[in-house]
Amino acid sequence: MDTILTTPQMVVEDRGRHLFRVARRAFTDEAVLEAERRAIFDRCWLYLGHSSEIANNCDFLTRSVGGREIIFNRDRGGAVHAFLNTCPHRGAMVVREKKGNALSFRCFYHGWSFNVNGRFASRFDEGNYGKEHYGGGCADLAQVPRLESYRDFWFVNFDRNAVPLADYLAGAKEYIDLVADQNEAGMEVVGSGQQYIINANWKLLAENSIDAFHGFPVHSTYFDYLKTLGSLRMESAGSEFSASGMHDLGNGHAVIEYASPWGRPIARWVPSMGEDKRPVIAALREGLIKRFGEQRGTRMSEFSRNMLIFPNLVINDIMAITIRTFMPAAPNKMTVSAWALGSRGEDHDLRKLRLFNFLEFLGPGGFATPDDQEALENCQRGYQNLREVGWNDISKGMPRNGPPMNDDEEQMRCFWRQWRDRIGAVS
Amino acid sequence: MNGDVSLPPVLRNDSAALRGRIEDFLYLEADLLDDWKIEEWFALFAEGATYEVPPTGTDEHDPATSLFYIADDYVRLRERVVRLTKKEAHSEFPRSQQRHMISNVRITGVTDGVADVTCNFVTYRAKRGVVDTYYGKHLYRIDCTSEPFRIKSKRSVLAMDMLYPGKLTIIV
Repeated sequence: MDTILTTPQMVVEDRGRHLFRVARRAFTDEAVLEAERRAIFDRCWLYLGHSSEIANNCDFLTRSVGGREIIFNRDRGGAVHAFLNTCPHRGAMVVREKKGNALSFRCFYHGWSFNVNGRFASRFDEGNYGKEHYGGGCADLAQVPRLESYRDFWFVNFDRNAVPLADYLAGAKEYIDLVADQNEAGMEVVGSGQQYIINANWKLLAENSIDAFHGFPVHSTYFDYLKTLGSLRMESAGSEFSASGMHDLGNGHAVIEYASPWGRPIARWVPSMGEDKRPVIAALREGLIKRFGEQRGTRMSEFSRNMLIFPNLVINDIMAITIRTFMPAAPNKMTVSAWALGSRGEDHDLRKLRLFNFLEFLGPGGFATPDDQEALENCQRGYQNLREVGWNDISKGMPRNGPPMNDDEEQMRCFWRQWRDRIGAVS
Repeated sequence: MNGDVSLPPVLRNDSAALRGRIEDFLYLEADLLDDWKIEEWFALFAEGATYEVPPTGTDEHDPATSLFYIADDYVRLRERVVRLTKKEAHSEFPRSQQRHMISNVRITGVTDGVADVTCNFVTYRAKRGVVDTYYGKHLYRIDCTSEPFRIKSKRSVLAMDMLYPGKLTIIV
């Protein structure tokens, strides 16, 4: 990549004057997106899926990750794989279904077949192919260079030399734990989730997903709704623990944590859940406190957390838990996948409550997410004025004495510093 | 099929008459939505009615066990309508323009005066130079014993493998 990307700089930080600015060109320029593909999506750990989505041996699903087509599956012995979904013969995508369970994969184009561990499994008549096709691995499905998991969250990396996932996740592991520990029997993705398009640059959603500043201006209709239902509970936790704030988790990851205004199926009761659910939720809370102590148990029950794992994974543990990932299709267009995560073996009514909590706020039909989409798309439109008005301001909270607040913009500055360093590193 | 004794006498044993009335009702519903008469639209729903949009590209059909785009009980539906009347429903401010097209109306059963109705739909939404197209099948349960008819449930099954328009802020 040539120096056009870094000269003039696209991320400008002036700590002395408390100014942090990002060039709007970073959201609109095809050359920037190409640089991101090489410097970020080819090198960072990218979320692929959750163990529960391929719960049984021989389960598979297909997914686009980092601009590649991937098969995410379990083989006959239960080992997890990620294959590049392209036939080693002439390139066709071998698996065309979204998901399923199969003992082998067969490319429909010329019939090359593969075991679910990726090994070439066709037996053609003698004279068609040499021995190497069967023994040498040249006809096997290609594995994604790196595949690693943390607490059932599976990630891929297309850079063979990447640091181990655990090192990459850095401080984010602690916050994944706060989600994964919510149920002793583990967590699971519920249903097939939501897939949609936003006509905006992918980084706008990275910012938005951990932005508490926009909450009340953009989502007043959602809070009105909670108020009408008696679901808005703004008082503090009744605990000594006070966690509202923001944490730099390293490597561009960041989280905001705050007292919840809403109910949480695990385990914060609000009146709209019904009196009959009150003891059920109290018992869940007691269970967490018993397992993790008063402070951590209360924190897991009461507080909400929005976390961004650089570059494009959001785990928001709010009125429900959403796993959200998004990929650029163009500078002004992204595809979004969002899933609901719940406790395995969850009580039927609580599961329903969790799903309803999710869709009331989150997703294209919710009372909040569409207004985020509108904001992002409006920003993207506004960037058409970038020749005259070329910079975004991300300075909120810079002069603050003491730790950053959750509605400051320090978490976005963490993202942008990482982005700047990675884009700069390949220039 | 519609020998159902709960039906008004003029509609009993006359499939064409019943379908005609139901089509008129669906066109009325479409017209109210086209004109953003959203509160009048809500009045077409019987108390306790539901409105749902299941996930795309799957056969998941129970909002208690899988994640829908929309799974409104009567209260949430009422609040969806209240929200859409507000300027702070930013995604619909300024309001989009819509046209609701309905065809292939079929009555698949009548029980106690409630007709199970299916129809195909195409809904267009235009805003700021972008036209979104939603298409699929509506599954209705319509109470034909009241005057006017009342919707007891409406489920809009999108025949799309993902939600290309991104938002589901209008009623399709």
